[in-house]
Amino acid sequence: MIPAGASSERLHRVILAVADAVIAHEAELSALDRAIGDGDHGLNMRRGFEAVRAGAGEIAALPLPEALQAIGTRLVLQVGGASGPLYGTLLLTLGREIATDGANLAPALTAAVAAVMARGRSEPGQKTMLDVLAPVRAAVSAGGTALPCRLPGIAAAAAAATVPLRAARGRAAFLGERSVGHMDPGACSAALIVAAGCRAWEA
Amino acid sequence: MANVGIVIVSHSSKIAEGTGDMVRQMVGDTVPLACTGGNEGGGLGTSAAAILRAIEAAWSEAGVAVLVDLGGAETNSEMAVEMLAPERRGRVVVCNAPIVEGAVVAAAEASGGSTLDAVRQVAEELSPR
Repeated sequence: MIPAGASSERLHRVILAVADAVIAHEAELSALDRAIGDGDHGLNMRRGFEAVRAGAGEIAALPLPEALQAIGTRLVLQVGGASGPLYGTLLLTLGREIATDGANLAPALTAAVAAVMARGRSEPGQKTMLDVLAPVRAAVSAGGTALPCRLPGIAAAAAAATVPLRAARGRAAFLGERSVGHMDPGACSAALIVAAGCRAWEA
Repeated sequence: MANVGIVIVSHSSKIAEGTGDMVRQMVGDTVPLACTGGNEGGGLGTSAAAILRAIEAAWSEAGVAVLVDLGGAETNSEMAVEMLAPERRGRVVVCNAPIVEGAVVAAAEASGGSTLDAVRQVAEELSPR
């Protein structure tokens, strides 16, 4: 599986890359959220990932499980929208489930995505971040070669596939049919995080 | 035993405080009450840390009923409950009820010394099934 040898330098690189990608895409995430939500997803995610970035050095020095939980805690405390507890639950559960060497990534990610579904009382197909997290989880479980190279494409395609969906959870659900035709902002941020994380992992 | 506490969680600090004023007008200081609204940046939103502080401020051995507005308020409230000490987690409920009416009827029920289950039930009767 992927993370054999999650050195602290590598973890540090991944954390910075993910935080920088989220912060750089603030305007795009907020624009997507303005179309079908309350317009604050970019600002909320930037606030959360600035807190993560500020602690990147100390987080990366921790063992992998504690590092992931430290990121989750920062997101829960700083993001401030529904995405804070949702991404927080993802990272906190992943951190609780994963082995120090990361060898059990697939079952740990399966548990983490299930925890997000429970927290949001949602499932894939409802135009949420789960529409990206679920196929990424499935690809990780299926395994195979060059997974970190393939995941960004899988995640991007999954985010694009939320465009024709009608929202059934979150603020966008209030719009009913009018939510059709826009990419879900949570799916977009999830794809950004997966892509930036995988590319930095391989770098 | 002390009366059940009430916590009001809105995306807007004005709605949280205004709802709290209406509760106070109804029940005075017979019910522990705390309100929180807005995110860590001072904008519209909710904060799990602030909700956690509110639950602790309104803490009662009889339990605490949390009234919320939109989705993120509920999700962050559930997160805050999980951040409580283990012995307190089971004595906090997030009610599926409209925030203003729910808070007022829940507080009125709590002021009569009702149990947490009864307080939750009167609030949730306001929601369509």
